[in-house]
Order: sequence, then structure tokens, then C-alpha cells
Amino acid sequence: MTVTLIFLAVIMVTVIVWLLRQTLNVQPWVSDAAADAVSGASLPTHTKTIGLTTFLAVATSLFALFVSAYTLRMQMVDWRPLPEPNLLWINTGFLVLASVAYQWTRGRAIKGHNSAVKIGLLVSGILSILFLVGQLIAWRELSGAGYYLSSNPANAFFYLLTAVHGIHLLGGLYVWARSTVKAWFGVDTEAVRLSIELCTVYWHFLLLVWVVLFGLLLAT
Amino acid sequence: MAYVAIADRDHEQEHHDPQTFITKYVWSQDHKVIAIQYGVVAIFVGLIAMGLSVMMRLQLGFPDSFELIRPENYYQFVTMHGMIMVVYLLTALFLGGFGNYLIPLMCGSRDMVFPFLNMLSFWFYLLSVIILLASFFVPGGATGAGWTLYPPQAIAAGTPGVDWGILLMLGSLAVFIVAFTMGGLNYVTTVLQARCKGMTLMRMPLSVWGIFMATILGLLAFPALLVSAVMMLLDKLVLTSFFMPAIISAGEQLSYSGGTPILFQHLFWFFGHPEVYIVALPAFGIVSDVLATHARKNIFGYRMMVWAILAIGGLSFIVWAHHMYVSGMNPYFGFFFATTTLVIAVPTALKVYNWVLTLWQGNIHLRVPMLFAIAFIFTFIHGGLTGLFLGNVVVDLPLSDTYFVVAHFHMVMGVSPVLVVFAGIYHWFPKITGKMFNETLGRWHFWLTFLGTYSIYLPMHYLGFLGVPRRYYAMGNTDFMPASAQTLNATMTVAAIIVALAQFIFLYNVIVSLRSGKKAGSNPWGATTLEWQTPDTPPKHGNWGHSLPEVHRWAYDYSVPGQEQDFTPQTVPASEVPVGRDHGVTHE
Repeated sequence: MTVTLIFLAVIMVTVIVWLLRQTLNVQPWVSDAAADAVSGASLPTHTKTIGLTTFLAVATSLFALFVSAYTLRMQMVDWRPLPEPNLLWINTGFLVLASVAYQWTRGRAIKGHNSAVKIGLLVSGILSILFLVGQLIAWRELSGAGYYLSSNPANAFFYLLTAVHGIHLLGGLYVWARSTVKAWFGVDTEAVRLSIELCTVYWHFLLLVWVVLFGLLLAT
Repeated sequence: MAYVAIADRDHEQEHHDPQTFITKYVWSQDHKVIAIQYGVVAIFVGLIAMGLSVMMRLQLGFPDSFELIRPENYYQFVTMHGMIMVVYLLTALFLGGFGNYLIPLMCGSRDMVFPFLNMLSFWFYLLSVIILLASFFVPGGATGAGWTLYPPQAIAAGTPGVDWGILLMLGSLAVFIVAFTMGGLNYVTTVLQARCKGMTLMRMPLSVWGIFMATILGLLAFPALLVSAVMMLLDKLVLTSFFMPAIISAGEQLSYSGGTPILFQHLFWFFGHPEVYIVALPAFGIVSDVLATHARKNIFGYRMMVWAILAIGGLSFIVWAHHMYVSGMNPYFGFFFATTTLVIAVPTALKVYNWVLTLWQGNIHLRVPMLFAIAFIFTFIHGGLTGLFLGNVVVDLPLSDTYFVVAHFHMVMGVSPVLVVFAGIYHWFPKITGKMFNETLGRWHFWLTFLGTYSIYLPMHYLGFLGVPRRYYAMGNTDFMPASAQTLNATMTVAAIIVALAQFIFLYNVIVSLRSGKKAGSNPWGATTLEWQTPDTPPKHGNWGHSLPEVHRWAYDYSVPGQEQDFTPQTVPASEVPVGRDHGVTHE
């Protein structure tokens, strides 16, 4: 549970310190002309960015809890680590490239290079799909070698963690598909740009989660 | 110039956004309609859970009198009653119901920031309720594993509903968590980003603060329930051994080995304890606003109240293992959790002092919502104090799994939040419906509920001290229990039936008042917060007519000396405050 505790402590402390800074030295019962002029948004970012950040906090909590469960279960005597397929390194490469491609697309989108954005979106999507296909092949390799889901908790966790990560990526690909269609056939470049910026953050997040999970799988 | 409600200033603006019946009331994206949808469904399942509790009480009070209640049914009733009340009633009603209704109105926004997601949230919630209730009708019936769903017995043969019931329960929880996350993203983002001009964080009413912090807790804690549900589903369906140890069932060695049920307990309570505060924090907030409004006095120590909410939110994540003192933990571990548990009592006690001090020399109007709010202070102090007993390891060990625990948590997170639910419904009923409720029926409902629940749970503490174990279908003949314990049980059952029947007074009141209650006007209580300043009552789609409100003061300007009225709405600028008499309310 330590992992989760540390992580949650960090999030809660951040939230609480931020909120405290808004509330210390404020005397709301005194009339305050400066406060009258304050606009309603607490943070100078787009609403959807706040929504995404909040969602990422939820997702991080989810993965941290899985990692906690992993480390606790690992200490039991029946834990037999499984050999990670080398294919996972290649998949990691795809995911890194997808992240880089998204970052590049984001830069193009901000500068308004629409044709580059179209290509960039396609490339990042294809790389991400290649990652998912690679993960599926890794599953097949493992089960072909006799490492079934139920034969050992280490196997079960491997399948579970990769599946949950994959599902998150699938969710991202749904948004990716929508913005790609809009970028190729639509006109609303402003909405596409916002979507690309948010997706870039999401892809970096998923890369980070994958690196942590992969590191954990390799180390144990 | 005397204060004129926005309601009386302009009438020209009409809103016609959603046209058809379907988009207006069924697939609605309006936060007010979604709030009512959430509320109606939550109260509906709540009534079912109340019916289940009556069945349990019948068995406990008059054992062997009802052939219909067999042992396996009793466990199913226990399980479903607990899970429905905690998750599907209280969480859904406070956040999906009150949260949805109050956040945009109190913050001065037109709607939630992601209305479509908000609509999906309700429909996922409804789906989760349907899945849950379906488990009564599948072969083997609902799960009887207890609301904590501890493995191994939750998925081992012998427990009721082990085939289908447990699957539907876990599935329903997963769907509920998805629904909650969609709603929660809305609540947090709306509070942060969609407040009207002048509404600084420290001018928000405490209801919004409570709901906001509870949502943050929920967003971070519900994943723990999701993780444990997913892993238990895998244990059940594909025979992994996350939680299941090597086990012999009915003389047969099962294929599980090496799993650890304690891991499930950690994950479950890592959700389960913050869940207590997910329910309590909105209640704290709502009760603060109801007390201040009906005592015509500013809430005592507003800033302290906000900081207490923040502190409770933070601390609630590091107390979970106090539910597991009897699971065989390291004594130092137990010492740590006992300490954090006692520490969290400090901000909680601060809040109680502040409520009492708000009442001190206030101009108290004992209307129905105020009665419920004051009753909450009683039941909450009562339940909170027994919590201090149970938070200590040495006291908890002998009291664990007795009726003392049942009495404690029903006082603190059953009766108390439900009283606030009623306080909130009676308080905002005129705004939600535009009609006043029947005051006499409301008083009957209050006194029967308040005195009735006390006569259920006060004796229950004594049963706990006697050592009467909880979760038992029948006590049998035991030496340590005097015959009077059974008499007490029968009395509690009678009280429980009276309380249950009293809830129908409430339902009748709601229906009659909806049809023929007298018109409420826009601000019947003389309240300062924004939801009472809307141009229409009930507020129309978009809430505010053609221009958003602007806020010039905090939410608690009641009985300010030297002002003509005993309340000044948040929308009134300093230059327009009518000057006049004093109100006889002492100010610190």
C-alpha cells in the first residue's frame, strides 16, 4: 500500500496546499471590491484541460492501486516471475514514437500547419495501434509458452496490468479517431487543435504509466 | 432602495432551449433535471433498502415467526441493505442529487461544464441500479456476502448468491464507479472553472465546499473499489488467485492457492473509509447552510469550517485500517491508525462546536428543515463519540462484530446523513418545485423519524456491551445474553417499523405538496445564497435569464447590524444595502 499512500499523499497535499493558499488571509465577511471583480475561473486554462487533468488523477489512482496490490501479492510464497517477451521492448519503442509524433503534431497544430497535422495524427495513431497489436502478440507468445492467466499470480498481474493500460489507450484512440476525422474532413481547426493538445498530454501520461509498469514487471 | 430579488426585476426573458418532452425530462442535459432524476432513483432504491431492513428487524425481533425469512435470505437482506444505503442511496443522492442541483446554482453558472457527460452519468447510474436489483431475480438470488464482500466467502460455495448474485453486484459497482467518475469530473471542474463574477472560492457556501471535497475523495477512492471488484471478478470467473487462498470447500480442494484475503480488505477499506466522508462532507456542508439560514446568523468560523473540510478530506485517506484491527495486524500499525483516527476527530469536533456556536443567540426559526438540521447535531455527536471508543484498538477488540459497531455506524453515517438529506429536501423543496410543503406533516415526519431512530439505536449500544454478535440470523440459547436482550430486540423492531412507516408521511407530503402546495415565491426563507435569487422559481433551463449574476459578498450576511433586512443576498453590492434597524442578534 505504500506506493498508493505516497502517491495519494502527494495529490492530496497538492490539492490542499493549493486550496489553502486561496483561503488563507481571506476575510470573506469584509466587503472587498477587488474580490467583486474576480472572474469565476480559478485557473487560466481551458475547462477541458481541467477535466482531463482530473481524469488523469483518477487514472493514476487506479494504476497506483494496482501497483500496490502487485507489490503486496508479490510477497506471498507462490509468486513465480514470468519471463517478459523481448517484443515488449519493441512495443515500448512504438509507444515512445507515438508520443513523440503527438508532440510534433501539437507543435504543427499550434502553428496552424493543417497538412502536417493530418499526417502527424495518422502517424501517431498508427504507432499506437502497432503498440496494441504488439501487446496482443506478446500475450499470444506468453500463453503459447504455457504462462496462463490463472496458473500464477505473476502471470495474472501481467495480463491484468497490460489489459488495463491497453483499455486506457483504446479510450484515447477513440478521441484520436474523432479528431483525425475532423482534421481530414472537417473545418473546425480550433476544436481539432484543443483535442490534439489534450491527446498529447494523455499519450505522454500513458507512456509514463507504461514505463512504470514495464519497469516494475522487469524488476520483479 | 429596499432589496428586490432578481426574480422581481425582469420578466421579459424566456428560455425555450429543450423543446420536446423527451429532451426536457428524459434525455435531459439540464443539471436540475438530472439532479431530480438522480434523487428519484436514489430514493426509490433507498425505500427498497429500508424494506430489507424491516425484514431483518422482523427476524431479529421475532425469530422463527416468519417462514419467509430463511437464513440465506437474511444474509442477502443484510448485504443489499448495506450496499444500497451506502453507495446507491447516500453517495448518489448527495453528489448526484444535491451536487448536481446546487453546484451550478450556488456558483452562479448556467449548467455543469460537461452537460453531455453529466447526462451519461445518470444513465450509467440507472443501469448500475438495474443490474443490482436484477440480482434478486437470478438463480440463487442476490449475494449474501455482507456489504464488505470479503473473500474467500464472497465467492466460495455456501454463501447465498455465489453463482450470479456476486457477479451482478461486482458488475453493478463497476458501472456505478464509471457513472460517478463522469459526474465527479463535472462537479470538480464546474466548481473550479464556472463560477460567476465575484464568486471567489471563499465566498462559496459551505454546501459547495463539502460537495467539492467529497467529490475529490470519491474520485481518488472509488478506483480502489474498482480494482478490488475487477480482481475478485477474475478470481471468480477465471480462477486466478489474487485474493483466494488454498481452500477446501465441501471436502474438495479448490484450484486456488496462495492468495491473500487481507489484500482485499486493504483495498476495500482504502475505498471504504473515505466513503464515510464522501457521505459526511456534503452533509456537513448542507447542514451548515440550513443552520445559518434558519438561525438568521452567519455560520460561526467560516474559514475554520473550510479548513476543517480540507483537513478531514486529507486525513480520511490514512485511517482505513481501523476497520481491520481484528485482522491480525502489527501492533505498531494499529497504533498508527488509532492515532490518525483520533486526530481526525479534531477537525470534526471543530465543526460541531461551530454549528452549536452558530445557534448561540441566533434568531432560531424551528421550521422543518431546521428541526432536521439540529437533530443531526445530536445524532452526529452521539455517533462520533462512540467512534472514539471504536478507534482505540484495545476497546475495539472486544466490541468488534457486536451490535455496538452496528449502532455506532448507523448513528454516524446512517441516521445523521439521512437527517441531512431530509433537511436538504425540505429546505430546497420550495426552490426545486416552486411549492411549499405541508409544515404539519413535516413535523410529524420529523418527530417520528428522530425519536424513532433513537429508540432503535440507543438500546443497540447496550446489546453490544452485552456482547450480542452482529450478522447472526438467530442467537440461539446462550448464557451470556439475558432474556431481556430479546425483549429489547422486539422493542427495537417495533420502533423500526414505526420509522419505516413514517417515511411514507414524507412521500405523501411530497406528492400532495407538488399537486396542491401553496406557491413558494422565489426566496421563502430569506436566504442569501445565489440559488434563491434566480429569476424563475423553479429555475428554468440556463438558470439565470439573460445575464449571469454578479457576487458582491460572502454567503452568510445574516442579521448584519445596521441593515434594514436580516439578510443581504450575495448579489447585492455594498452601495445598495438598505440601512435600517438592528436585529437583536449578537455578533462576535
